[in-house]
Formats: sequence, structure tokens, C-alpha cells
Amino acid sequence: MAPSSVFEQILDYSHRADPYSLYAELRRTPVARQEDGTYVVSGYKEIVALLHDPRISSDRRNLARPPGSEEGATGLPGFISTDPPVHDRLRRLAMRHFGPPHSPHRIENLRPELILIVRNLIDGVADRTRIDIVDDIAYPFPVTVICRLLGVPREDESRFHVWADAIAESIGPGEADRAERERRRTDAQRELGQYLGGLAEERRKNLGDDLLSGLISYEGPDGAMSPADVAVTGSLLLVAGHETTVNLITNGTLTLLRHPELIQRLRDEPDLVIYTVEELLRYEPPVHFISSRVALEDIEIAGTTIPKGAPIALALAAGSRDPEHVAEPDRFIPDRRYNEHLGFGAGIHYCFGAPLARLEAQIALSELARRLQNPRLVTDPPPYRPSAGLRGPRHLLIEVDGVTQTTP
Amino acid sequence: MRVIVDLTRCQGYGQCAFLAPDVFTMNGEEALLYDTDADEAQREHVLRAAAACPVQAIHLDRMATQHRGMRTGAVVSPPVDDGFRKTGRIVIVGASLAGARAAGVLRRDGFTGSLTLIGDEPYEPYDRPPLSKQVLVGRVPADHTLLPRLREVDAEWLPGVAAAGLDLAARTVRLSDGREVGFDRVLIATGARARPWPNPEEAALDGVLPLRTIEEASSLRERLAARPRRVLVIGAGFTGSEVASVCRDLDLPVTVVERGPAPLVGALGGVIGDVAADMQRAHGVDLRCGVTVEALEGDADGRFRAARLSDGSTVEADVAVVALGAIRNVEWLRDSGLAAGVWGVACDAGCRAVDINGLVTDDVFVAGDVARFPHPVYNFQFMTLEHWGNAVAQAEIAAHNMLSDQAHRWPHLSLPVFWSNQFGTSIKSVGVPTFADEVVIAHGSVEERRFVALYGYRGRLTAAVTFDRAMWLEFYQGLIERAAPFPPDFRATDRPETLRPVPAEVPERLEATQVTVMVTGHDPAERRATLVHGDR
Repeated sequence: MAPSSVFEQILDYSHRADPYSLYAELRRTPVARQEDGTYVVSGYKEIVALLHDPRISSDRRNLARPPGSEEGATGLPGFISTDPPVHDRLRRLAMRHFGPPHSPHRIENLRPELILIVRNLIDGVADRTRIDIVDDIAYPFPVTVICRLLGVPREDESRFHVWADAIAESIGPGEADRAERERRRTDAQRELGQYLGGLAEERRKNLGDDLLSGLISYEGPDGAMSPADVAVTGSLLLVAGHETTVNLITNGTLTLLRHPELIQRLRDEPDLVIYTVEELLRYEPPVHFISSRVALEDIEIAGTTIPKGAPIALALAAGSRDPEHVAEPDRFIPDRRYNEHLGFGAGIHYCFGAPLARLEAQIALSELARRLQNPRLVTDPPPYRPSAGLRGPRHLLIEVDGVTQTTP
Repeated sequence: MRVIVDLTRCQGYGQCAFLAPDVFTMNGEEALLYDTDADEAQREHVLRAAAACPVQAIHLDRMATQHRGMRTGAVVSPPVDDGFRKTGRIVIVGASLAGARAAGVLRRDGFTGSLTLIGDEPYEPYDRPPLSKQVLVGRVPADHTLLPRLREVDAEWLPGVAAAGLDLAARTVRLSDGREVGFDRVLIATGARARPWPNPEEAALDGVLPLRTIEEASSLRERLAARPRRVLVIGAGFTGSEVASVCRDLDLPVTVVERGPAPLVGALGGVIGDVAADMQRAHGVDLRCGVTVEALEGDADGRFRAARLSDGSTVEADVAVVALGAIRNVEWLRDSGLAAGVWGVACDAGCRAVDINGLVTDDVFVAGDVARFPHPVYNFQFMTLEHWGNAVAQAEIAAHNMLSDQAHRWPHLSLPVFWSNQFGTSIKSVGVPTFADEVVIAHGSVEERRFVALYGYRGRLTAAVTFDRAMWLEFYQGLIERAAPFPPDFRATDRPETLRPVPAEVPERLEATQVTVMVTGHDPAERRATLVHGDR
């Protein structure tokens, strides 16, 4: 068997716990063609350039396919897989109910509720000395939040969790097994779409102030969202809203426990968590790859020509540690300033929920740091979820001496 | 706390407006408005907002002197071995954006000699762009626009005193109060001032106001707050258009009178000017193009009450805003021997001033609105740019070169970039849109006023202008820098089936110079140029 390439090693599950040394190898050729035809981009400046390049499409129907090959599914649901002007319109219609310019206080107003949810979750483990950060805190927290925000019943979690997981696990770079992954995803996507479509149908009779109600009822200069668009947009927000933040909070806790002196600093310096979360997004981000872009034209970049129709994978996590861009890239510097990272991507597809994810991570990490007494890792590295694209621990077991009571 | 957003970098991601919604607001999709002096109670929110900015364009209290990337350390220039860096004397004339920034960069790069800043205004350096936006609309008091300190610049600062002359032989700057300040190297950054209404009696009417300084912005704000019957804006350049936009935000009736065929024509040409005209009218502006104001009329108490236009009509209004562009502050250099005139102070691409013979000087540098420099990308044409981003970039180059020997000097090669926020729309530009014969809409929709317009000159891409599409600007900046062909020949998202370039309708630029150069002498060693003031 031929020795596998750096890219293949990154995809291999055995390297999930620490892909960073492989990323350094990858960056030696910032734009590199792989065996399967994917062009993997790992340099910071090349990634930023391509994320702002109108010759790049997010619509995989633009792939050049050999004649006779089957058409695969078309990627993730919703505007994440579309190009302007369709993308811009759908994103505007969704943003209207989520953030500025029309709902600027929406996320900020959630803050007291976010704090309360985290405090309750930590109260729930107060009598234990062993905690699974994933199952006990990092997963239930963002799920509760996205359910309330979207207007999805929290008690349905056991139903949509399976679909959301299947979709999340299907995301990742590489073309070799993509058709198979997309087949598996299609079923989950259909079921989730039907679930949200049904929910929207119900909501139509009884509108509330949740996002789903907004998507259903608004009509303005951009027209209204079709029921099908409501279902896919709702699916996208539900999946993205709870399959990524869990990794950010878990990666954050893991990183803090690997640098235990930081825990005291977070207690003493309330502003520090702001910068710590940015550094986490650079150093241990939840999303490692954007793996769904396509070249609409031959694109010359970093001495390579990406041919028209080729799939492109952007290695965000490699770019954020590019020594050409950032000093001491492999050091976790919790108060790093002017931190320009690719944790949420860049350009028109910049993470829709970034402000919410930031707030959730800031609140979760400061509460955990404040209340866990002498926390330590049970296993390091922890077991990881399979995806190389959305990377994070499956479980993160820790032991504590106790949990400090909430002081009002 | 002092807040400044480098809107040259801002791409309208809106993260700040999520995280600190009481300090940063999106006025429309991409146009950002912010409090330049945020309440201390907002501190935590502002920190969150600044940390979250995807392009790190938000500066608090201090201003980073390195914009690109995260490497914020000083760029170490090789020391000039004459000891100048340690004990030299630098005087900066002009204490606004360019002057203040140059001072910060000089200290950052290790200049430890004496540093003097001369400014004719009584304030610390302040930021002008908010004056025609946040300040006029009443969100921020005019005197709360001070620039974040570059760092605690260790400099002797002489506020409220103008420079009156420059003696190159004696190496002194003469001040209006008679004092003289000696220097080894001097930076000229005296900028520009608002062009006044040409008739002094009419200009003196109560209610006739220019807009450039803190005081002028304060007075105009007071007038607008008093809810005048109507505001007349004379001139539809960027300042005039922004004033009109604020008037509409305040629901004040406003008439804009523009000599040219459309607003912004001088900067963006007629095609995009027409888009701006539609935008103004859609927002309720009474826009009159191809018309001039012939006279401003006052009542018995000397209060402005009406304007008579060249088409015979009359506009009754309580306030007239004179937005006729700027005059460069060069009068103090009249007898200096430098090539200083209404065009500005000529310099090379390294910011070294040129004397009236066209020779480059060694110890006199120029930066900001007053500098007239050759741009290699645009056929080495000399240009003066009244843009925020140019003042910043040029000040960096000038300061670097003041500390460097010939072998280590840098050229000022950055493409011009500017922005304007008006009518809930963010307009941004890169390159020189007036250096064009054709223009084409490359992405988006003119009807929605969300688009990218590209400008070309003889088959080469020379500029790009976006309306609420700032994220695509850098891509086209790269193409302009690489002299890419025009019109673009590649497939791209959100692009019409076929691109249809049309004539750019760029105005001819024949400036009245008010100065004539005469050459005397025959022998090459004797031939000299002299400036004769007054047009001929």
C-alpha cells in the first residue's frame, strides 16, 4: 500500500486528537491538489482570498463531473449551499429576526437567560465528583438555547438529535467517500425537513416571537420565505446551532484544563474570557474545514491553478495557525489581541450564529471556571467524534473536588 | 472610552452591532454608525464587540499603528547612522489624522529625539468622518470625536497656533504668534479646510455654514436640532450628500443643489452618480442637478432665508450648508520655495517634498490631504486624496522615510480607498474611479442599490465601487493591483449573463491653478522655476 498523503492522514480517525502537526505539513503547499481531485487550501492568506473570491461557488451543482457519473445530493440544507443573489436574499430574510439591522438587541437580550441555563446545568451536577462536560453542559446548553430561539419544543430533542448528528457527521472534506456520506445525509435531511415543515405548519396558526414564526410570517421588499425555504432554513439553524457550539465549549474546557493556571486567571480577570474565546476559535476551533466550495473558473493562487469545476476544501484550522499570519501560532495565548482568525470563516458565508456562539462560550467557560473546584481531566486526549470537518470530543470526563454554589 | 472604527477595513459583518447594540448600530445592511466616545458603563460590551470584529477594525483608547494582520510589533528600520534617530529634531505641522499618526509611528519605530506637533485647532487630534454622520444626527457631541491616542506620544504639542512660514535655509517653522521652531526634518500635514461661499457678505449671513471642523459641526448640529423649515445643501459631493442624508434621517425637508449632472459625479462619474441621484430622491431629497446657486438672501436681521438658483427658481430655507469641497492649507508655504499651490504640496512617492524647480528635497516630507504625489498605478499622475485611509497610510510611509536612508525608503503605493455612509447605504471605493473611460455593473442589482461597479481605462481595470457589497472590494483591489483586463472575462456569482460596459461619464479635470510657473535662465546651472501667483 502506498504511504498515505498528509491529507489522507488528516481524514484518518487516528489523527483526530491532534491534527495540528499534520496541518503544519499541509501548509508547506498552501494550495495542494489531492488524489481525489480536491484542492486543499491551508494558508491563511489563500483561504481569506478564496472566501472573498466571487469565482468560488458554494453550490456543488457547479462541480465538473465526469460524464455518466451520478449526481450527488447538493450539500447542506439552506442558504449555506447557495450563491448570491439567492443566498443574500435568504440570509437577509433570516437575519431580520436574529440580528441587526432589524433585531439588534435579540441576542444581547438573551444573556440573562443564557446565564440562568448554564447555572441550572451546573447546579444539576453539583453533587457529583465526575462530570461529562459534553453530556452534562456543553451539549444541553446550546440545544436548549437554539430550541427557545427557533421555537422548537425542547422535548423533541431525542427525535431531531439523531438527524442533526447524522448531518453533522456527514460533513467533511474529501471526495472519495462523499457519495456514500451524502446518501446517508439525505435521509436525515429529509426527515428533519419534514419535522420542521410540520412544526412551521402548526406555528402558522399560532405565531409567537420565535425565529420560526418570523420566518413564516414576514413579507417585505425581499418577498416572503416559501414553506420549503422555511423548512430548510430552520433545519440549517437547528443543526448549526447545536452541533458546533458544543465543540467550542468542550474544546474550551479541555484547553483550560490543559492550562490549569488559566482557571484562576479567568476567576480574577472577568474580561479575560472575551479574548480567551477568540483564541479558542483560532487555536481549537469547532469547524476545521469548509469542504463544499467549487471553482467557477480556473483560479491561479499560490503557484497552483485550481481548475474550473474542481472541489475546494478550505482548512480553516490550519490557516488560523499559519506562522505567516500569526506570531507563535501553536501557543495558546488567552489574552492575544488583534486576533484575526478563521474560526467562523469569512466573507458572505461568515457564521450566521457567531454572536450567539461567542456569548454562549463566554458564559459557559466563565461559569465553569468559577464554580468547578480543582477540575482535572480523567483521560487526555478524550475520545473524539468521527468527523474531521466538525471536530470535537464525544465525551470529556473530568473530576472535581466539588462545585461552588451560585452566589447571587 | 474612545472608539474608532477603521471603516476602510470594515466589511459590514455587523458583529459589533450584535454584541454592543447600544454603541454600534447598522444603519441599513452594511453602514455602521457608532459612538465615538462610549459610556464607561458600556465598557464590557465594547470590549466584546472589538474582540469579535472579523477584520479587527475597532480600536479602543489607543490606535494600533499596524493595520494588516496580527503582527503588531514595530517594523524595525535600519538606524540612520548619523545619530538623527537618537537626537534629531522633528517638527510636524498639522495635528490632525496624518500628523498625529506620523507622530505615533515615529515613536513606535524608535525615534527618541525631540518631536513637536503644531496644530491650529485647540483640540487634540480628532476624527472628521463622524462629524457629517453621528454628530449631525445628534448621536455624539461634536467634541467627543477625539482620536484614540496612538500611544502616549511623547511630543511637545503646540495647540491653537498656526504655522505662518517655513524657512528651509534656516530650518525653522515660523508660527503665527511670531515664535520660531527649529527642525532637522519637518513633516507638512496641514490638510485642507472647507471652501467658503465665494460671496463674503452672503457667507456671513446667519445660517450659512460650512462643515469641516468640530466647531462647524457643532453649529450645524444646533441648527438642525432647532428643526429648520428646510435645509439647503450647496454641492452634492460626499459631504453634501451625507448632510442631506442626515436631514432625511431627522425628517427635515432638504434641497440639494448640484452644479453637475448628478451627485458624486466628481468622484464616481455620471453612471453611478445617477444611481446616487435615484437614491436621494427615493429618500425624499429635493435634488436639483445642473443648477447653481446664484445668490443667498437674508432678511433684515441678517438671517439667511432663501437662495436664488440659476434656473430662476427660489428655495426658501433656514440653513444653507456650503459643501463645495476643500481648499488645501498651503498659504503658509507661499515663500518657502516648495512646489506648493492650490493643488497641494508636491512630493515624490516617498513623501519627500518637491521644490518649485521640481527637485526632491531631503528633509521636508508631506502627508495627508495636502500632499500631491505621483501614483505609479495611474500613469504616475500626481494626485491629492482627501481620504481617511490615505492620510493613515501616507503618514506611515512619511514617518518611516523620515527615519530611513535612501536605500531603505518605502514608496506610498497603496491604492486609494474611501467610504461614505448615506441613506442607509455603505458606499466604498478602491482605485481611482475617475481614471476610467468605461464602467460596468459586475455583480448585484442597481435597482436594489446593492452592487459592485467596475471601472476600466483602455481595457485595464482601474477602480471598483460597491454599494452595500463591501466584502467583494478586496478581490477587485487585487485585480487592480495586477492590472487585470477590463471588462472582467470570468464567470462569477451574482453576475448578469452578459456584461455591458457603458461610458463612465467621468468629468474632465481642468483645475484653475491660480499659480503659474515661469522659467528663467539659459545655462542648465542657472535655469530656475518661479511661481507667479494669480491665474494667467
